[in-house]
Amino acid sequence: MSQKSRREFLKLAGLAGAGLVAAPAVALASHPVAGANDEELGMLYDATKCVGCKACMSACKRVNGDYGSLSYEQAKFDPDKLWDAPQDLTGSTRTLIKLVKDTPKEWSYVKYSCMHCQKPSCVSVCPVAAMTKDKITGIVDYNKNTCIGCRYCQIACAFNIPKFQWEKAIPQIVKCDLCKNTNLKQKGISACAEVCPTGAIMFGKRKDLLAEAKKRLAEHPKQYVNHIYGEHELGGTNHLYLAALQFKKLGLPELKGEAPAEFSEKIQHTIYKGFIAPVALYGTLCFIAVRNMKKGNDHTAEQKKSDDGGDQ
Amino acid sequence: MSHDEYQIHRAKILTPAFWVLLTLTVIGFALIAVRFIWGIGAVSNLSDGYPWGIWITYDVATGTAIACGGYAVAILIYIRNKMHYHPLIRSAVLTSLFGYGLAGFSVMVDVGRPWNAYNFFVPSQWQANSAMFEVALCVMAYTTVLAIEFLPAVLTRLQETNWSRARSFLEKYHGRFGLDTPVVLEKLERLGQRALWLQPKLDKVLIFVIVLGITLPTMHQSSLGSLLLIASTKLYPLWHTGFLPLLFLINCMFIGYSIAILESIISSYGFKRPFEIEQLSGLASITPYLTSIWLCVVVGDLVWRGQVANALRFDFYSAFFLLEFGLVATGSLLLFSKKRRQSPRWLFITAVLIVLGGALYRFNVYLIGFNPGQGWRYFPSLAELLITVGIVAFEILGYQVLVKLFPVLPRLHGHEEQAAVKA
Repeated sequence: MSQKSRREFLKLAGLAGAGLVAAPAVALASHPVAGANDEELGMLYDATKCVGCKACMSACKRVNGDYGSLSYEQAKFDPDKLWDAPQDLTGSTRTLIKLVKDTPKEWSYVKYSCMHCQKPSCVSVCPVAAMTKDKITGIVDYNKNTCIGCRYCQIACAFNIPKFQWEKAIPQIVKCDLCKNTNLKQKGISACAEVCPTGAIMFGKRKDLLAEAKKRLAEHPKQYVNHIYGEHELGGTNHLYLAALQFKKLGLPELKGEAPAEFSEKIQHTIYKGFIAPVALYGTLCFIAVRNMKKGNDHTAEQKKSDDGGDQ
Repeated sequence: MSHDEYQIHRAKILTPAFWVLLTLTVIGFALIAVRFIWGIGAVSNLSDGYPWGIWITYDVATGTAIACGGYAVAILIYIRNKMHYHPLIRSAVLTSLFGYGLAGFSVMVDVGRPWNAYNFFVPSQWQANSAMFEVALCVMAYTTVLAIEFLPAVLTRLQETNWSRARSFLEKYHGRFGLDTPVVLEKLERLGQRALWLQPKLDKVLIFVIVLGITLPTMHQSSLGSLLLIASTKLYPLWHTGFLPLLFLINCMFIGYSIAILESIISSYGFKRPFEIEQLSGLASITPYLTSIWLCVVVGDLVWRGQVANALRFDFYSAFFLLEFGLVATGSLLLFSKKRRQSPRWLFITAVLIVLGGALYRFNVYLIGFNPGQGWRYFPSLAELLITVGIVAFEILGYQVLVKLFPVLPRLHGHEEQAAVKA
């Protein structure tokens, strides 16, 4: 009797739980990744043209200072607010130029800012849709008025781009939005690309940026690593890179072609498709529980006896 | 199914343990105040690389698993139809209520902009792609369900009480707060009558609430695993797998049964009541089967993804993996012996091993196996730890007080009761 009920229970657990959560993991492999939308806006950063003047950083803070309440980071030795030398992207820095020295002769600058992914993880995981991706421009934007500050976007981002204002009582997430509400709106170009004196930052549609990058690679194959970083990484990004040093050395991780959000959403959607599985589970469990209760009321004494005999 | 299965634990409330726990609670809550005034950075070592620390890992991801006693015991009683476990359910539900309620509270401490949480109830903001959205709604719903499940204990108390404490309080402070004793007492009596009216109605629909209380944890416990699916580049491959939701679900079940055993043994010991060996050995006979399934999925998945070599490398990650695996496996193997399942000592030891192993698995997934890239380090700060300790202390404190105010613990019969009173 008890053997049988245990088997029943395991069968039930198998049906209710395992089938529900295990199936998608197996059925996942052959899901095709949707093609990239090359009409979206982005930037091409060419590290070989960058001279590290940081005009882009300065312009970014000047232009975006009010929107999103960014503030200059200030060194302790600088009460006159002449210097702004952040070490990393932070809750007050959306774009950053760094110098990477491989050997004394081989070095490169690198620019960090939001990659504006084709399939952004941050948008996929935000529980209250505070992170959004514009359908036309492809800009990944953040709305502080809906954000609850859970920082799941930071966990999800493979590039560690979204930054949180740890020092503030009323903090927010900070990341590049291609000057969506500021420079782009007024002048049709992001502030960093506008001020770059060497043309290291090119602003435009992804298809034009890709064409330009391919042209440069073809014309000067010796000058570059033969790879456009962002073309395929995580399903493609709208911020693209060309460089002379290995991208890994520049702090840009080696990544697969599949967006992590494809993987996680596939599993989540298979479990919760049309909310059928949870409702079915609830219905089945209700049926069993009510039947058990009725049985229990009919033969309380008998039940107790037979149960006490088993399972110990 | 009757309400006489439970009794109030008649004992002093203001014990030394009460004051110790209260002190820890006050320290924790003072630090929470600091967090709200000067920001999260002022109390924690959290960073942009490690945005989730001990609060999410312990209070939410692990705390809700430890609070799964109510879930696990409810499956046993209502789905497997083992009604003789029914006396265990109320204390299990109460600990679950505290576990989940305080997990929700910790989230409100942890998130940066809690005043925006109302967006979870704004349909246009719903984000079905997000496992976090699912977890948040389910945890809120489940906490409500647990509160309803606990309601019968409160209603019974309201009917049976003669308000002696309220009476003596009113007599002492008569007139000082502008309170009119007879009026207040009349209102209290009416509350009792309302409870009497509500109870049978609640009893009728309670089963549907209880089943909801089984469905919701099935959903959000698996989603707690799904949360880390997205971190494919950051979570070490030993733990990053499409089976995360399944592993988290089974994990919370065996933690649930083990924690129900632990709670029962500890409160029997602490409150000087006899051990409920019969029921506990029954619970303990289930866990090894669940852990076996879990261990099989873990191993099968590692083989399938070609990660066995990583698991046996004996480096930092491998060590934590093997520790987690070993704790669960050892605890389960010991439980396959019927003799050990009859001994309170072995029941306690095995439950501790399984809970530790199961909890370490969650730590591994959320923190230890999580690597955002070079240059990032995280270890919780003292203040961060004290906030967690304060919340746990509040949980135990609340449990201790409530079992002395409401009929929660299983009723003792005849000689057992006399023994307990003497002790």
